[in-house]
Amino acid sequence: MRYLPLTSADRAEMLESIGAASVDDLFVDVPAQARLPGPIEGLPAHASEMAVERHMSALAAKNLSAGSAPFFLGAGAYRHHVPSSVDHLIQRGEFLTAYTPYQPEIAQGTLQVLFEFQTQVARLFGTDIANASMYDGSTACWEAILMASRITRKGKAVLSSGLHPHYGEVVRTMAKFTRDEIVSLDTELTAEPDDAAVIAQIDDNTSCVVVQYPDVLGRIPDLAAIAEAAHAKGALLVAVVTEPVALGLIEAPGHLGADIVVGEGQSLGVGLQFGGPYLGLFGCREKFVRQMPGRLCGQTVDADGKRGFVLTLSTREQHIRREKATSNICTNSGLCALAFSIHLTLLGGGGLAKLAAVNHARAQATIERLTRIPGVELLNEAYFNEATLILPRDAREVVNELAGRGVLAGVSLGRLFPVADGLHKGLLVAATETTTDEDIETLATQLENLLVGVPA
Amino acid sequence: MNAVNAAGWRPSMGDSGQATGGVATASGDYGLMLEEALSFELGAEGKCGVDLDAADRAPMPGLSKFLRKEAPALPGLTEPEVVRHYTRLSRQNYAIDLGPFPLGSCTMKHNPRLNEKMARLPGFADVHPMQPQATVQGALEVIEQLADWLIGLTGMASVAMSPKAGAHGELCGLLCIRAALDARGEERDVVLVPESAHGTNPATAAFAGFKVESIPATPAGRVDLAALKEKLGPHVAGVMITNPNTCGLFEPDMKAIADAVHEAGGYVYCDGANFNAIVGKVRPGDLGVDAMHINLHKTFSTPHGGGGPGAGPVVLSEALAPFAPLPFVTRGPDGDIHLVEEENRGEGHGRSFGRMVAFHGQMGMFTRALTYILSHGADGLRQVAEDAVLNANYVLRACEDVLPAPFAKSGPCMHEALFSDSGLAEGFSTLDIAKGLIDEGFHPMTVYFPLVVKGAMLVEPTETESKAGLDRFIASLRSLAERAKAGDESLHSAPHFAPRHRLDETQAARKPVLVWQG
Amino acid sequence: MTRYFTEDHEWIEVEGDLGTVGITDYAQGQLGDITFVELPEAGAAVTKGDSVSVVDSVKAASDVYTPVSGTIAEANHALGDEPELVNTDAEVGGWLFRVTLSNASELESLMDADAYKTYVESL
Repeated sequence: MRYLPLTSADRAEMLESIGAASVDDLFVDVPAQARLPGPIEGLPAHASEMAVERHMSALAAKNLSAGSAPFFLGAGAYRHHVPSSVDHLIQRGEFLTAYTPYQPEIAQGTLQVLFEFQTQVARLFGTDIANASMYDGSTACWEAILMASRITRKGKAVLSSGLHPHYGEVVRTMAKFTRDEIVSLDTELTAEPDDAAVIAQIDDNTSCVVVQYPDVLGRIPDLAAIAEAAHAKGALLVAVVTEPVALGLIEAPGHLGADIVVGEGQSLGVGLQFGGPYLGLFGCREKFVRQMPGRLCGQTVDADGKRGFVLTLSTREQHIRREKATSNICTNSGLCALAFSIHLTLLGGGGLAKLAAVNHARAQATIERLTRIPGVELLNEAYFNEATLILPRDAREVVNELAGRGVLAGVSLGRLFPVADGLHKGLLVAATETTTDEDIETLATQLENLLVGVPA
Repeated sequence: MNAVNAAGWRPSMGDSGQATGGVATASGDYGLMLEEALSFELGAEGKCGVDLDAADRAPMPGLSKFLRKEAPALPGLTEPEVVRHYTRLSRQNYAIDLGPFPLGSCTMKHNPRLNEKMARLPGFADVHPMQPQATVQGALEVIEQLADWLIGLTGMASVAMSPKAGAHGELCGLLCIRAALDARGEERDVVLVPESAHGTNPATAAFAGFKVESIPATPAGRVDLAALKEKLGPHVAGVMITNPNTCGLFEPDMKAIADAVHEAGGYVYCDGANFNAIVGKVRPGDLGVDAMHINLHKTFSTPHGGGGPGAGPVVLSEALAPFAPLPFVTRGPDGDIHLVEEENRGEGHGRSFGRMVAFHGQMGMFTRALTYILSHGADGLRQVAEDAVLNANYVLRACEDVLPAPFAKSGPCMHEALFSDSGLAEGFSTLDIAKGLIDEGFHPMTVYFPLVVKGAMLVEPTETESKAGLDRFIASLRSLAERAKAGDESLHSAPHFAPRHRLDETQAARKPVLVWQG
Repeated sequence: MTRYFTEDHEWIEVEGDLGTVGITDYAQGQLGDITFVELPEAGAAVTKGDSVSVVDSVKAASDVYTPVSGTIAEANHALGDEPELVNTDAEVGGWLFRVTLSNASELESLMDADAYKTYVESL
């Protein structure tokens, strides 16, 4: 077996030196009836690298990849161009095959990256501080609600109807068990987000309001107004950013009064990967640092006074606090944080602003072209790189039929909100710097043909 | 690279010259020992390593009131500078690619590069989680095939694939137990956890709303079955047991424990962090386990990446399978694979406890783990467990005369060897051995865990170390034990040959500096 | 003024109905460098044995239990900037909080200085 260095001779010699007659002697603690006599029946035996590659490649070939079709999906996962150096660098063995930096003297590479990452996230979000990452945006969102409830000692969270429905489902699932009260608002097809309805729900028992920015339909809530209303009642504003590239163009939530900002970092450096692994981003005000979940990297000095970095404030974490920990999270998303950080270092603030401007322009071009199709209307008053179109018929059927014509047209609201009424004609369309004029024209032509009944 | 910057940090700052024989270089670098400034100290505003065309449209009028007043204060770097920055940083890390990384319970084994190559196939890496299901049948088939393997290897009824890491898997398992108890209409609020358990177990139980009660261990380092039975009752929801346990020992009473817990109406959660010791040799399903998470980044070699991402699928018994979280995959009568989500959960999946993550879980880890599993096959995985256990016992027997091994008398260990620092010279402890190992060119073992052993040192070599490699490690560990017994003061200031000497963790925690202040 | 001790290594010094509470010098030595102290809020009603404060060191977080029932009168906010006072001056300047006693008879179950010394030696 190509991954196992011991030879039969090694094994025999080692068994002899430890005084065991056979390797089975080392499994004596396993009750005899539970010991399997040989390889598990019905499962295949080992395979060569070539054979495995053939098998996996055949599975991969069954998928229509985003790069091989006009592609307009978003809804919390975005296709951006990742510079080649990002993937090259994250595959350096010293990053790829290192563990959590528990021995800081020989993990300064990972630790300095985390420190740089925390600084980048804080500056992007406009928060004082940020942690070293979470599993993904949805779990970061739930952790933010828990944190707000620890800080305010209140138990009611108000979710904007513009929050990604999967995030809302994660929150409602978890809250069933922690018995936090969650107020969810119904999503409606309106040009403006539901700021007023969110504000109306804030009362003295509210720990936080959770508002996605831009929201899941691509609309942009007025965070400053919501923050003011929340703070007046002693509640916190949790802003959720599922498309961090947007913050190259629109104001950072932290500058608008958000107390905790969480997000999905997949857009920068990570890639689509069918939903994971992704990267939870988490920033907040410095005064909340000891209530924050997840790992934190901090600056210090070594015995010679040289600057260095360590994991710090770990007494908040499960391996020390056990049942009193702030969160049960152990592993974070280190390698994805590295990819995010490299991509953002390549861009810099100016590059991110430019990238955001290009994304917005490509989205405008897409929406302008598609709304020229008879019966197709734009919902949003404003949008960044993703907007909601209203089609003359069920959008989910349209998306599936267009996929049959080789076009990945977007995410239908019927797929996103399967149990909601009145949204089924909505189609969420995203464009990024990867969207070409030809892509837009192909989508427009195929959509128009489909709507007027021209066969594929 | 020019590390002189406005903030004033230079690589030579704070250098005592201790490790460099008194030689002081002008750059602060020493040959291949390269210092590196922060990207914020290297980059410049407006510099960019990505060529972008200018936008061909101005922002839409509706966006004007939301526009950012100034670009984020993030300096950029060009590609050559970025490649150099991260390459230089990478050289300050130890990694499994450089040598043994014997962290007990963490399972640092070789990460095959075929796994990386397969995960990057565009058909896996460049597909969106919400594409029409007809366009992602291959991705769904990866989930299905990996699920089938995990079920086959564990002898369980089903598997929940979406948890993002081990601790998330623990949470999934406990939420399944909560949902099952709710379905039975029972209010059981206590989870029993052995005192040697990893801290995540009680943290997860508390997170899931349970009270935690501790079960004592026997002198042989196993769960005390009699003590456990005394604690069972109508208030007990279940137990969380790590098997093989955190002392590196198999729990021989596992089946009896499970039978007793089931008899009392509870469920058995098994922490599968150490499944790599028994994969292909023992099926947890045969031992009465109801739920067990599997760390794909441990047993199935997906890379740890400096702390994640992980993946923590949870295998489930018949009793808990109906409560598994959304989404999951099923194969329909038409031969296509379908996702079960909120909209179709009513079709026989109404008891699912809900959703834990936005999409389908760690797909990139699934492709890597499946590649690894197919490479080994059922026969190779069995060999993995055998070699991992053989390597650990080899280390145990080779060092037990110089370092006390508290449970070695009771028989062989499984995949990790546990030592104590009892018997070192006055003032010397596990920390000195660990930092000494750094100077010897190895990553230290897990230290001070499990808590039930004084000055614990938990060594997990894994199956991907050669005998020659183990012999070198053993020689170093023995030498360090002898030096610590003889009171060799130089150990107190180890490591001497790492990029940094011991770091001041007190200062870091008293006055946290979590972002660059420049 | 009398000083009492608990088995969890808190000390309390009582003057009238006001008790000042801290952790003992032995306890700070066991914890190592203190990095942060989470203090109770004045006005909170507490019951003997409640965890009302947390003392963090680099490697551990330890709950501090109030040795008596009553109302928190004051917390030592100097520890916010200088948590190391608990290390350097555990039994005077490193006090954690003051509590107005509601039931002075609870003091009877605590140890005096000699009994605590014997207790520590037995550990």
